[in-house]
Amino acid sequence: MAQHRSKHLLPGFGLSMGLSLFYLTLIVLLPIAAMLLKVAGMGWPEFWRIISSNRALSAYRVTFSSALFATAINGVIGLLLAWVLTRYRFPGRRLLDALVDLPFALPTAVAGLVLVTLFDASGWYGQLLEPAGIRVSYTQLGIIAAMAFTSVPFVVRSVQPVLEEVETDLESAAMTLGASRWQVFTRIIWPAILPAFIGGCVISFARSLGEFGAVVFIAGNLPGVTEIVSLLIFIRLDEYNYEAAAALAFVLLVVALLTLLASNALAAWQVRYVDRKS
Amino acid sequence: MDAQTPRSVGANLLIALAFLFAGMLLVVPLVLIFSIALRDGVGAYLNAILEPATLHAVFLTVTTAIIVVPINMVVGAALAWLVTRFRFRGRNLLVSFIELPAAVSPIVAGVVYLFLYGNQGLLGPLLQWAGVQVMFTPLAIVLVSLFVTAPYVARELIPLMQQQGTEDEEAALSLGATGWQMFWHVTLPNIRWGLVYGAVLTNARVMGEFGAVSVVSGSIRGQTNTLPLQINLLFNDFNIAGAFAAASTLALIAVLTLLLKSLLEAWERR
Repeated sequence: MAQHRSKHLLPGFGLSMGLSLFYLTLIVLLPIAAMLLKVAGMGWPEFWRIISSNRALSAYRVTFSSALFATAINGVIGLLLAWVLTRYRFPGRRLLDALVDLPFALPTAVAGLVLVTLFDASGWYGQLLEPAGIRVSYTQLGIIAAMAFTSVPFVVRSVQPVLEEVETDLESAAMTLGASRWQVFTRIIWPAILPAFIGGCVISFARSLGEFGAVVFIAGNLPGVTEIVSLLIFIRLDEYNYEAAAALAFVLLVVALLTLLASNALAAWQVRYVDRKS
Repeated sequence: MDAQTPRSVGANLLIALAFLFAGMLLVVPLVLIFSIALRDGVGAYLNAILEPATLHAVFLTVTTAIIVVPINMVVGAALAWLVTRFRFRGRNLLVSFIELPAAVSPIVAGVVYLFLYGNQGLLGPLLQWAGVQVMFTPLAIVLVSLFVTAPYVARELIPLMQQQGTEDEEAALSLGATGWQMFWHVTLPNIRWGLVYGAVLTNARVMGEFGAVSVVSGSIRGQTNTLPLQINLLFNDFNIAGAFAAASTLALIAVLTLLLKSLLEAWERR
């Protein structure tokens, strides 16, 4: 080791750094920079006019509100699934655990095709819902369903490992001291899983904001009513309106960056929480 | 609370609810795909798959995956090695940056490539002068697929390698192993299941990518249509049987992905 001139103990710093930077620059940074240049070249008034147009504003509203609803649904279902998977042993548990990842493995276009068929007036779910006056296909409910489907694993997979770590002796101790099950949950378990739960919700929300494949099949894509931001960008490209596409894509890129920073901050919070406890 | 004690009514209720949600959200969609794809019999199903445009889409999708998965495996391993084995300035920034392609809308992924290689893009004039067409060709599909799946392998390996620490590798080096010997005989066997799992996820995403590919492919029938685009095309043509036949091939890959994932996790636990 003495003749190693590198200040690092392990080899491969130069190689892995070189390869990583070269690849990230070529595949990720350069294309993003090209788009930023396009946006920078259009001037502030033009940029502002595009991103604050009525059609864009409705698209933001539809996308954000749908993603919020989808995340709320996933928060509840995700917490339930994580709880059942970690706390109980029952036949079919392994199968249920494997199934949770289906939305990650199933292409979004296939998910969209399936959802639009299920919720169609003559589909398996549509048959039951339409007589009750609930229309899902080609409405905002359809967008919410598509977003919820594609992001359901996020909350489960971030809460599950933390829930496994919560010490059961702490819970038993609380129980013997006379705490009710509900008190144990709200005082011991909930504070421990909260950072992971919020983190999972943030990623689920980010994924929902960006979802395209599943949504376009079921949304009906009516401007101002069921048109999401990703689709509006796609339409602007189709019209050869590249400036508008670049400006709107820039908005989505910034939002993605912000959610990423938020989820990293939450991860740091989780680590600090664990450190403080031990 | 554990397996030994009899479950309360509430616990059974929660388990039943979990199965109900999973059934409605996850099982019913899978059943639907195959029941519609096979509605008119196996013969009609095979005909729909063997239709030249669909078959070509299968070919393009598989070729893209064969190119993209190995590249992102190598780069993902290098990235994970870099951020888990060394401390350097900008490391946290790099970790956040790796995640960006997966966090952003796939449409944005397509758009940024359009502004680099398209005729309106940064390199557009240069490419036109050289007579090279990148946009709307299979090369563009490969490039955006590399972009959207860049984080997948690293994301699997980073927590794994962080948890494993560096003792094994330092021991190998102190026993006189060269860097490559250490990598092949110590690091690689330690991370192989994580690496395979990352590759499986990368493969699933590459084969299923829709948004980014639909921006850069131009969707020329029989030339730059991948399977997800072909499904969309068939659906818009009201060819429901064809769309579901094409979708069933991707659904089968998804089921295999889940199966492989469960197996890999079982192996890793051993």
